[in-house]
Amino acid sequence: MNFRDTMLDNYKEILKTYISDQTEQALYLSEKFSRKLLECKVSPEEMISLHKTSIMELEPDLPESLLLSLDILLEVMMAYGLAYREHQSLRTIQRELINEIEVAASMQQTLLGTQIPHLSSLDIGAISVPAKQMSGDYYHFVSHENGAISVAIADIIGKGIPAALCMSMIKYSMDSMPDDSQAPGDVLERLNRVVEQNVDPTMFITMFSGLYHPENHTFHYSSAGHEPGFFYNSEKGIFEELKAKGLLLGVDKKAKYNEYERKVEVGDVILLMSDGVTECRTEDGFLEVDTLIGYIEKYIQLGAQDIADKVYKELEYLQDFQLRDDFTLIILKRIA
Amino acid sequence: MNISIDVREQELQTTITLAGEIDAYTAPKLRETAFPYTEKQYANVVIDLSGVSYMDSTGLGVFVGLFKSLNANEGTLKLVGLSDRLKRLFDITGLADIMNINSVAEGGV
Repeated sequence: MNFRDTMLDNYKEILKTYISDQTEQALYLSEKFSRKLLECKVSPEEMISLHKTSIMELEPDLPESLLLSLDILLEVMMAYGLAYREHQSLRTIQRELINEIEVAASMQQTLLGTQIPHLSSLDIGAISVPAKQMSGDYYHFVSHENGAISVAIADIIGKGIPAALCMSMIKYSMDSMPDDSQAPGDVLERLNRVVEQNVDPTMFITMFSGLYHPENHTFHYSSAGHEPGFFYNSEKGIFEELKAKGLLLGVDKKAKYNEYERKVEVGDVILLMSDGVTECRTEDGFLEVDTLIGYIEKYIQLGAQDIADKVYKELEYLQDFQLRDDFTLIILKRIA
Repeated sequence: MNISIDVREQELQTTITLAGEIDAYTAPKLRETAFPYTEKQYANVVIDLSGVSYMDSTGLGVFVGLFKSLNANEGTLKLVGLSDRLKRLFDITGLADIMNINSVAEGGV
């Protein structure tokens, strides 16, 4: 028995039951039948033709006019059939797009991958968790020939695919910067010119750029409108904000970026973060800076990666595991 | 997560009063509504943010966009009624130095 005959038999059975005694059972069966129709991609006009065949077999004495009317109904339903088929093909396309985005997201991971440098005097940890599939946060490390380490953390305002493309641009301009222009202020000034010229005018970037010199243990840094980081002074056991002023990248091509310097002693910790950390929303409002520092302090004696992971876990719990913004935290801890 | 946008057009300036939250969900609506007022030449746009309880970086992006558009058309943008939290956002991003920002809302124009 082919598919149409099976469906015809099923349908005739439902019709017969309902015509003889109008039970709930028949209604239930027709609902089931309609799901089966959708599953097997039967169009509305095909269904009307099925109805006509069934009723002619069940009730041979029906007036001709009623049967003719079904032909018109069938014609009228054709447009619905077309719309239905269009819907089917859109669903296929949608599935393909979802796949493409998944591929793009994993490509982003690969393309933007950065190697955490290994230094005997500095323990480095990093965690970055996107709120959606593609992250707007970005961090990057560059190891220089003279042993210095550049670190950058950025938040691309404007999410999704345009932001991801923008990030690749940043990464490649950072990687292709000559070794003699490592100064964080210069890095930001160069990137600002790149972003100002190339990026869609509604998209902006905040970025913190730092340079660690292992030979004299100084940290130079500049900020382009980025969330200030923290500095843990281990001798005094206090946290200070790494204050730095500077305009967002991409607003004014003549923007200048001041450079700040900090001496790092053994045990001191530099914490860089995205606004997904400080703007973390809790049930009773926003995360207070003191609360955040409390979490960091709790784990400050651990290794750099452990601090990052543990603080993330605490904030994830605080937000009920529903991340609203991309979350990035970088820890640099001087160990020798 | 909602925003209300009220626009009052006067001869010399357009006042846009916002209330609610400006984030990735509401920012597009704000951009669409406010942008046309920035595209006229010599437009003076005042945005009152006293009713805004939350704003994230996407919202900030909208204001930079409006600011750029007004600059290009020789207009002015003034933001009034910023809460401490919002003020901090404009301070950190360096925008407070280039934009006209006032934490007190201007009464009875």
